[in-house]
Amino acid sequence: MQFSFTEDQRLLQETVRDFLAGECTVEFVRGQWATESGRDPAFWTSLAEIGVPGLLVPEEHGGLGMNEIDLVLVMVEVGRAGLAEPVTPTAAVAAPLIRECGNDALANEWLPKIATGEAIVAVAQPTSPLVPEAESADLLILRSGDGLYAVPTSEARITPQKSNDPSQKLATVEFDPKPEQRIASGADADRLETAALDRGALACAAQQLGACEQLIAMSVEYTTERKQFGVPIGSFQAVKHQVADIKVALEYARSHVERAAHSVAHATPSRSVDVSMAKIAAGEAALQGASTSLQVHGALGYTWEQDLHVWMRRAWTLDLAWGETAWHRERVADALFDAGPVATSFGFEPLAH
Amino acid sequence: MDLNYTPEQDAFRKEARAWLEENVPSEKLASFDTKEGFEQHREWEKKLQAGGYAMVPWPVEYGGRGANLLEWLIFEEEYYRAGAPGRVNQNGIFLLGPTIMDVGTPEQKARFLPKMASSEEVWAQGWSEPNAGSDMANIQATAIKDGDHFVINGQKTWASRGAFAHWLFGMFRSDPDSSRHKGLTFILVPLDTPGITVRPIEKLNNKKAFAEVFFDDARVPIENQLGEEGKGWDVAMATAGFERGLMLRSPARFQDTARKLVELYKATVASGQYVAPELRRTVAQCWMDAEAYALNTYQTVAHLMGGGKIGAEASLNKIFWSELDTKMHETALKLLGHRAELLPGSPAAGDVGEWLDGYIFALAGPIYAGTNEIQRNIIAERILGMPRK
Repeated sequence: MQFSFTEDQRLLQETVRDFLAGECTVEFVRGQWATESGRDPAFWTSLAEIGVPGLLVPEEHGGLGMNEIDLVLVMVEVGRAGLAEPVTPTAAVAAPLIRECGNDALANEWLPKIATGEAIVAVAQPTSPLVPEAESADLLILRSGDGLYAVPTSEARITPQKSNDPSQKLATVEFDPKPEQRIASGADADRLETAALDRGALACAAQQLGACEQLIAMSVEYTTERKQFGVPIGSFQAVKHQVADIKVALEYARSHVERAAHSVAHATPSRSVDVSMAKIAAGEAALQGASTSLQVHGALGYTWEQDLHVWMRRAWTLDLAWGETAWHRERVADALFDAGPVATSFGFEPLAH
Repeated sequence: MDLNYTPEQDAFRKEARAWLEENVPSEKLASFDTKEGFEQHREWEKKLQAGGYAMVPWPVEYGGRGANLLEWLIFEEEYYRAGAPGRVNQNGIFLLGPTIMDVGTPEQKARFLPKMASSEEVWAQGWSEPNAGSDMANIQATAIKDGDHFVINGQKTWASRGAFAHWLFGMFRSDPDSSRHKGLTFILVPLDTPGITVRPIEKLNNKKAFAEVFFDDARVPIENQLGEEGKGWDVAMATAGFERGLMLRSPARFQDTARKLVELYKATVASGQYVAPELRRTVAQCWMDAEAYALNTYQTVAHLMGGGKIGAEASLNKIFWSELDTKMHETALKLLGHRAELLPGSPAAGDVGEWLDGYIFALAGPIYAGTNEIQRNIIAERILGMPRK
């Protein structure tokens, strides 16, 4: 029993943090809003140079061969930087899905390309009609009937959909499933889809922690500088206590996220419930961070020019991706009260159904 | 990161479970907020001590088991699982004990810790005064040196278990010309000292368990000073950290309550009684939060065992567990419907009284150990760096 990260893991997190602080400034994020694709292949290549897309790709396929415990620390930094490139679908979801689906040809073709940054893969979410990153992807993993399909983007009909978060690239996708595209059926497809959902939700939850940290940092900075009645508004308890409450929510959400990372990495029986708790807790912390930060920024926070809404909108969109909070709440309740997935209580026996 | 228990930890759990199953009283003890219950709980503590389980994380020489903090968490999990009695000497064993180990002299450790571990001596806290609550630095009770004694005058209040305890620990102003955080000394006071009057105060639960304590030229030997003279504030802050954090409120207690709440929800639904639909999610949220508190504590323990310290972070814990405890009991009372107001012993009460008692106890949580408003100030100023003024 050792509930902590290693020094190497912390070093990886710092490396990514430093990289993003230099390369993914808020000006960069806003700059992408104005471009047609909203994506920057050169940025993705440099992200691949520090290993991010291939973090979960096995070493024999050119990746780092790490697991979700390493990944969550990276995703926290993605959230802090407001990075919107397709790290979640490609690195967190598609890479392990392709690794686990038992299709060697698919793995041999796509995993090395993911690791080098040559390929982006988008994955449909069982909880949503929208497929983020479908347009920029080279390969799509899609569900049809009882099958899961790997579909080259050129063989799908993609309709872009505009998101409230200008960084999000959403689309609806139609396709005509072909037998040679089928990568799993029936129970295998369900298993892969549930694992994909768990991984996507975990990646979102970790980003929500990072976004929440950023919102707290901005609120502390602003309320320390902004003076009214001759003193910084951050000296007023009515302001302080609101910001302190986000910090409480954040730190307990972090514990859920870090445990869920361990559960996913080791495929424990309770992984789905652990992920749902992480998604709920981190989502609520980020949303609370967003609304509180907006309030303490006053009218300035209500402008398009102020950067606050970059993270506020991200908190909103992350809450809806890979199962919105209400969906995850129902999954936890189902585990506790009905015949849903296993819920374990740390140090206690699992709850009996 | 490894979230599996080692074979040694599993073996310790098994051993503790077997001992508890054998020894936990089958009849529930009377409340330790009554004299009768207080003495019953001391008997239980004696039994725990004899079994070697009274102070799991303490060194053997002070009456402990010499186990590490992880084993202590495991023991706590088994303790609550077994439904064992509350710890009557919790102010001593969880708060003062660790402080004495940190800053006490060898003589003080030998004198106080073993009798604390066995609850031969039960401790009360003497922090608050009529004009020093949240503003603890406004302490006015004095302890002036006279030869080899301190002469104590003034008043302490809200001393938990003060009505029955044998000793009191607290801060007194040893330098009469000092103000605020300076000039305070941490002193251990036998409550049978001439000049001390203990007046019990009836609590919200209708029991006379906490007390106000009056000092009128009470003479206490100078060897009862803990830590340096005039440095009482620093000593007290260490104690407060234990109180807000993992020692006093180990997670098993809240996980146990959350599990009972889940069972209550299922039983209420099964009984056909009306259950407001939103309670399904409220109960699930409570369970989730209890789990978060446990996870967070395991992380804190890993941090401490790796040589780290806890400081202001204890304020995050204090807010979280105290609000969680209130929420869980509130939710249980909602599930119970009209029966929620029945006192224990009413013919139709069933287990209602446990939830009601627990609720009334939980309501004190956001107030004691530093109000949650003070904790929020600490988080904002000391963790986040927001301006004091």
